[in-house]
Amino acid sequence: MTTELLRQLDFTPLVDAEEREITGGFCGDLLSWAMGRCTEGQVWFTVMGNLNAVAVASLADAAAIVLCHGAALMPDALARARSEGINVFATDLPEYEACVAFAREME
Amino acid sequence: MSEAITLRYTVPGDDFTRAGEASADVKRNLKRMGVDREAVRKAAIALYEGEINLAIHAGGGEITVTLTPDTIVMLLEDHGPGIPDISLAMSEGWSTAPDEVRSLGFGAGMGLPNMKKYSDRFDIQSTVGVGTTIRMEVDLA
Ligand SMILES: Nc1ncnc2c1ncn2[C@@H]1O[C@H](COP(=O)(O)OP(=O)(O)O)[C@@H](O)[C@H]1O
Ligand SMILES: [Mg+2]
Repeated sequence: MTTELLRQLDFTPLVDAEEREITGGFCGDLLSWAMGRCTEGQVWFTVMGNLNAVAVASLADAAAIVLCHGAALMPDALARARSEGINVFATDLPEYEACVAFAREME
Repeated sequence: MSEAITLRYTVPGDDFTRAGEASADVKRNLKRMGVDREAVRKAAIALYEGEINLAIHAGGGEITVTLTPDTIVMLLEDHGPGIPDISLAMSEGWSTAPDEVRSLGFGAGMGLPNMKKYSDRFDIQSTVGVGTTIRMEVDLA
């Protein structure tokens, strides 16, 4: 499975970086929790669209960020995600539902 | 080959959004030098938490990263308020972070525990009114 899967789920690509292998998913909004628990290659479901969230995704080597609930990606975060090569997708689905849809496809 | 490589950074105390630049730079440099991926990942996570702490709790500080043939050594020094009770500060979930920091997604009290978790050796010295020094080491595979 790769980040191509996220496109098939109709999540909207906001930053199209390189295609990455997906190892699983992680859901949560507290950045230190995400940084400590999101492992390499996981897709991170969150509502945090700020600069720090992009830094966390980059440092944790997440395969992609999926911004849920229609949460906005801040302009500076968008620029950083582009320059650091972080895949970012958006969806209007709540985090729980986005995760469920993702989990079904991962099976 | 036995020569150590040193990277130095000054973390500003006033600009929380800039915190993360040092750890991102360390990650880039170590990756480029071909350092083991998992070691780089652990070091970058531990350092980012430390960098955030320098910015939000200490009014800024200094970071020195040294790469030896078998270890990444990270030293964080500040002249901030210091930590009155280190074992309390080290416990998961304990935080004095202000609301504005929490609204950005930090301040969950997981920083110091993460730093310890992701480093192979972790040492913290702190004196109230003087400052805090943290030394973290990550072994190369
Ligand atoms: N460099 C520092 N100088 C002063 N106090 C610190 C420093 N680092 C951490 N602390 C104190 O320890 C607490 C716990 O730190 P941490 O585990 O990183 O959680 P958080 O940063 O989310 O509050 C902080 O809330 C703060 O009171
Ligand atoms: Mg912290």
